[in-house]
Amino acid sequence: MNKENGVIYRISGPVVTATGITPRMYEVVRVGNEGLMGEVIELHGDQSVIQVYEETSGIKPGEPVIRTGQTLSVQLGPGLLTQIYDGIQRPLPKLEETMGVFITRGVDADGLDLEKEWEFAPTVKKGDEVVPGQVIGTVQETETIEHRVMVPPGKEGTVKSIESGSFNITQTICKLEDDSEIAMMQEWPVRHPRPFRQKYAPDVPLITGQRILDFLFPLAKGGTAGIPGPFGSGKTVTQQQLAKWSDAQIVVYIGCGERGNEMTEVLDEFPHLIDPNTNKPLMNRTVMIANTSNMPVAAREASVYTGVTIAEYFRDMGYNVALMADSTSRWAEAMREISSRLEEMPGEEGYPAYLSSRLAEFYERAGRVETLSGEDGSVSVIGAVSPPGGDISEPVSQGTLRIVKVFWGLDAGLARQRHFPAISWLSSYSLYPQALDQWYRDNIANDFPEVRTEISTLLQVEAELQEIVQLVGSDALPIDQQLTLEVARMIREFFLQQNAFHDVDTFSDLKLQYEMARAILRFQEEGKKAIAGGAQLEEVVNVPARTDLMRGRFEKGYDDRIDGLVSDMEKQIAASMEDN
Amino acid sequence: MSGKEYRTITDVKGPLVFLNKTEPVSYNEIVQLRLSDGSIKNGQVLDTSDDQVIVQVFEGTASVDRQTGVKFLGDVFKLPVSKGLIGRILDGAGRPRDGGPEIVADDMADIIGAAINPYSRQSPEAFIQTGISAIDACTSLVRGQKLPIFSASGLPHNDIALQIARQAKLVDSDDDFVVVFCAMGITAEEYNFFVHDLERTGALENAALFVNLADDPAVERLITPRLALTAAEYLAFEHDYHVLVIYTDMTNYCESLRQIGAAREEVPGRRGYPGYMYTDLAMLYERAGLVKGKKGSITQFPILTMPGDDITHPIPDLSGYITEGQIVISRELHQKGIYPPINVLPSLSRLMNAGIGPGKTREDHKSVSDQLYAAYAQGKELRGLVAIVGEDALNERDLQLLKFADIFEDQFLRQSRDEDRSIDEGTLDLAWSLLSNIDTRFLVRLDQKWIDKYHPDESKGEEE
Repeated sequence: MNKENGVIYRISGPVVTATGITPRMYEVVRVGNEGLMGEVIELHGDQSVIQVYEETSGIKPGEPVIRTGQTLSVQLGPGLLTQIYDGIQRPLPKLEETMGVFITRGVDADGLDLEKEWEFAPTVKKGDEVVPGQVIGTVQETETIEHRVMVPPGKEGTVKSIESGSFNITQTICKLEDDSEIAMMQEWPVRHPRPFRQKYAPDVPLITGQRILDFLFPLAKGGTAGIPGPFGSGKTVTQQQLAKWSDAQIVVYIGCGERGNEMTEVLDEFPHLIDPNTNKPLMNRTVMIANTSNMPVAAREASVYTGVTIAEYFRDMGYNVALMADSTSRWAEAMREISSRLEEMPGEEGYPAYLSSRLAEFYERAGRVETLSGEDGSVSVIGAVSPPGGDISEPVSQGTLRIVKVFWGLDAGLARQRHFPAISWLSSYSLYPQALDQWYRDNIANDFPEVRTEISTLLQVEAELQEIVQLVGSDALPIDQQLTLEVARMIREFFLQQNAFHDVDTFSDLKLQYEMARAILRFQEEGKKAIAGGAQLEEVVNVPARTDLMRGRFEKGYDDRIDGLVSDMEKQIAASMEDN
Repeated sequence: MSGKEYRTITDVKGPLVFLNKTEPVSYNEIVQLRLSDGSIKNGQVLDTSDDQVIVQVFEGTASVDRQTGVKFLGDVFKLPVSKGLIGRILDGAGRPRDGGPEIVADDMADIIGAAINPYSRQSPEAFIQTGISAIDACTSLVRGQKLPIFSASGLPHNDIALQIARQAKLVDSDDDFVVVFCAMGITAEEYNFFVHDLERTGALENAALFVNLADDPAVERLITPRLALTAAEYLAFEHDYHVLVIYTDMTNYCESLRQIGAAREEVPGRRGYPGYMYTDLAMLYERAGLVKGKKGSITQFPILTMPGDDITHPIPDLSGYITEGQIVISRELHQKGIYPPINVLPSLSRLMNAGIGPGKTREDHKSVSDQLYAAYAQGKELRGLVAIVGEDALNERDLQLLKFADIFEDQFLRQSRDEDRSIDEGTLDLAWSLLSNIDTRFLVRLDQKWIDKYHPDESKGEEE
């Protein structure tokens, strides 16, 4: 098979056509004298069409093309965490070592360090029966994460021997009776989902510390969410907040066709951020993939698959994994670009006709599963979408919304008012609350779902009242409706707005969120009473304790003080009634 | 091979020439065409195979016939680079335009430019003071940022760009900027305006100009910004300069991109622009930034005119998704006679938070900026309401905000073309004095400690 003499016939941007080889679809090939990495994406008579993951300038027809026999795969094993990769799992620090600050081409790099030795502690012994996916030992990969070494899918049998101690990831650490060998590293083709026993319905929320998300539009562990929004509305900040604060054990962050400086920011920031759940640097649980907008488009197309395969691998160990893809629109555009070079018949807006099925396949790799070895693990997928002009009637947004269960709609108008996160409470939705309500009742408060309903009802009522206010001004409304407007304003300014760049406000735990929501409802209740008792709306709204309550959220220890602040507010409101 | 001249042109279509039966020619290779009258045109390979080669001709295909000789030069497009570029004016293809000698090359640099490894970048965080309050307070610029000006025909974007080029400086440093100016399809008049202004202020000696005017070949515009950025990269990363790249007008660049796409009969994306326009623009915009271990930096100011003032048009839209914010010029403010007519509401600087705050600008900067936005946004919205119900229907808070919007436009935004305001006394203190027109209890975005310290009515004797 490797005897075939492939040669380049044609080059058009990232797409190269070769003759003289008979590869399989999606096989990886080496293109040209420099051996650029490419993947076969179409077979056409005796021609093979290849998408090349590196810049093709200067390549000529007649240069060689060599088959590798492999499909595009990632290396999985200890060493993934804290790493930053390009779209085809080349570690960026390694590329810097070999080619300097600019990414040139023709350089190959292993995804994992094959030399580094890890301390392997077995959890099975000689004579044990092992099945695919079963954990046979552990490695302390980072301070907080224990890497569970598993039997690769497809292998099973009786353990003939198992090692203990320092090994690199390619050395055999376990032999089975049939003489097959197991090392810490396994490889997996990125375009195939990793196997599991069955999918469960998600019933635990992914807690993000972002009030509007956790409280009004929650995502379940193993769920899928889409964040569409025009530029400048805060998609990336929201994604980064999720990467920082969500209570997943592992985070995979894919920067797909986005800005270089944004990835640098993440790289600079994460090692200094402390995970509120473990008190250790967040970087310890993070894998990053950065294929920025000016890096080759074919690698951008692959980056999403590379990321989700790594996420599935950690899921198979029994971890809850959260995967952020920023932005899936750039991924779709990479597909469009390649598709148009292939001269395929386009679907809507020039996107290939298979766009929506590719999107569906990708999101379908999320889920809470019973792993091959019977563990419970999950992958939650959060995809940002960048619709042109912010108009979500375009194909990528629509293809995404048909699949995801949570829609966090970003609104340019809110962003312009500097209401952040600029997530619209009127157009967003989550289909998970019903599945999660029992969890909230058991873990936070028995009336949690009811409080949520009251808050979201108030926001709906406000929207209706605002239409009238636009016509006649707020003074023309009856006083109880004016109070409702003030309550809704409090929800927006005190509860929904959250400053991602403020040390304290950036994260609120669920218990505190509930307390804050309750405080708003207390204000409404006491305000109603006071007004009925003759107090002026102005007085009720302007009691100093309410301002203290609202400003207090920026100070440390707020969760301890909030009770006192609420009762001060209640007293002062009650007093305003007595003054009259 | 570079000696061979082919006379195998089969088709000529728009700016493209199709040839048959050549020796293997590499992708993106540079091509020279010799016409029957002896004149020379230049081009670049867009598609190559054993049977056919497609060449894009920069100067257009007028007078090209089947007898035209085509020579492949065996190399991709390179720019001769040296420090001698500073102070020179070159045409859109990199040839001297100022009557001076050829550039003596220290190196030949590939103009496509390799992507910066994201791991090797350094976070931009040095605040650049432009002296323009609207920008410094609300969309603060940092060194290494790419911040486009979204404008439209008939608006003074050129004045603003020049004012920035003139006044830009770091607060605590004497490092000056070198300006690389790239003109794509602008009129001779606009060009003269830029050159005269740069000359008047002596900045021309510290600038390198790449100029493709409206009557120069349209296809050449596709390489002009690449030349400019290649020069910028060389100056920044080989010679430690801080480079400010101004290019105008991105809209003309995108038109040329569309022209090539149409000639190749590609499947068009939105409004006929090619589907790869995002990637293509990213290959320009992403050449801004700072890298580890190098002192220099590249800050970009692309100017684009939004067709029909439409910010959702593909050119501003795709740009906005790549650049780190945008400065939006408003026709409404311009017609009110306010210069600079910057509409701060849709304007944004994504790197602002990294560049402001204690030790960089001032501790209250972020709060003040948030409060200015919020108050101005609400005040502006109220104007619409007042038009319907009149001022009588407003409560006290709304009245104050309404008034603030006018003061903000008249005193904060408005400044003269030579006025260089410092960030603390010039801009932030001015903001405080304007905000003092609003009752403090309505200033919910301001931390109490900043009110105590900086509010003109509440901070007596507490200054610093």
